[in-house]
Amino acid sequence: MNVETLFALAACALVGIGLYGLIAQPHPLRKLVAFNIMGSGVFVLFGALAKRGAAAGLAADPVPQALLITAIVVAFAATAVTVALLLRLIDSTGSASLAEPPAKD
Amino acid sequence: MMTTIASAAVVLLLLWLALWTVVARDAFLAVAGFVVYGLLLSLVWVRLAGIDVALTEAAIGGGLTGALLLGAVGRLRGTENEVAAEAAGAGTRALAALLAVGVTAALVLGVLMLPEPVPTLAPLVVPNLPATGVANPITGVLLAFRALDTLLEAIVLVIALIGVWSFAPDRAWGGRPGPRYQADPDGILAYLARVLPPLGIVIGIYLFWAGADHPGGKFQSATILAAMWMLVQMAGLSDAPRTDHRGLRAGVVIGPLAFIAVGVLGLWTAGAFLGYPDGWAKPLILVIEIALLPALVLVLALLMNGPPSRVGAAR
Repeated sequence: MNVETLFALAACALVGIGLYGLIAQPHPLRKLVAFNIMGSGVFVLFGALAKRGAAAGLAADPVPQALLITAIVVAFAATAVTVALLLRLIDSTGSASLAEPPAKD
Repeated sequence: MMTTIASAAVVLLLLWLALWTVVARDAFLAVAGFVVYGLLLSLVWVRLAGIDVALTEAAIGGGLTGALLLGAVGRLRGTENEVAAEAAGAGTRALAALLAVGVTAALVLGVLMLPEPVPTLAPLVVPNLPATGVANPITGVLLAFRALDTLLEAIVLVIALIGVWSFAPDRAWGGRPGPRYQADPDGILAYLARVLPPLGIVIGIYLFWAGADHPGGKFQSATILAAMWMLVQMAGLSDAPRTDHRGLRAGVVIGPLAFIAVGVLGLWTAGAFLGYPDGWAKPLILVIEIALLPALVLVLALLMNGPPSRVGAAR
């Protein structure tokens, strides 16, 4: 098995692991970490496809690689917004719970 | 053979760390695991022949994201036990696991059925690269062939910053973000915050300049420069900037604006938005990079700082 197939298959597992954590972990910060793992799985899969596209003397297709750099920076920006939202939630409600508040009659 | 074994070891460690991060007992362990995971991911990028991506991953994916999450964990203490009571039941967890396995299986099927011959744009990039005047194909793609993506990314960063700032309570709007860090002025943190920034600035500017022809570029460079600024702030040597400072706000938007200006200029000189006239590609790319670098440093550092939280001076 060549290196790009190996990492592509690992990436599939990373997406699954992240998805499980996103659903199963109740704490929003844990969900955020799990979501980042899921995202990194997508990135690695994309990077493996870039490696597969090695041609014309380049070790990998530079177009998906350049997009990956963009993706990593945008993922950081989205994570920063989510962290700010989460900290604001705790500041205003005193709790990090995402559960529906009990209905008031 | 040796490289396959090394790759397999990296993969096993990566999957184990990911799993551990997802099921770890508390949030601090999970985030600590995630930082190590990010560094290991850089190794994966090296193995996948993406040195530029590896640098970005180490700096942003592991470094900045890790620091951001660690900072959040510190402020989340006390909310964990309460939320733990809402943990999903065994049924939900089993369903989640089933769904995760299903998605993984579908992706694996996709990987095994990838098309041959392999679609690639590399044969288009290589002959056209000399026209851009840069030798690093990644930089060529980022700033010439797919400049629109990079422009939109620069704008997304500004929008993310506006998003983060908008979570500020009304009374803190325009004030300084985060706590005023206090550290022992003779301690090791303050010492490092004096010794490291000059080195970090040199390395940052080197990465920026080398990015034209070698792995590196403005994103990696901006992250290192932003990290140096964060270090100085955390050591208490300087405070986070006021978010209503006009110069600061101008610095944030000037990069994307210069990028758009060059793009509009291309309408006349090259007949297309973001087109470069013959022979002018390198100088125009340089103008964009030099305008974007300070904007990226500011935005990354301000995203790390978070929303304004201290009451601004009376106005």
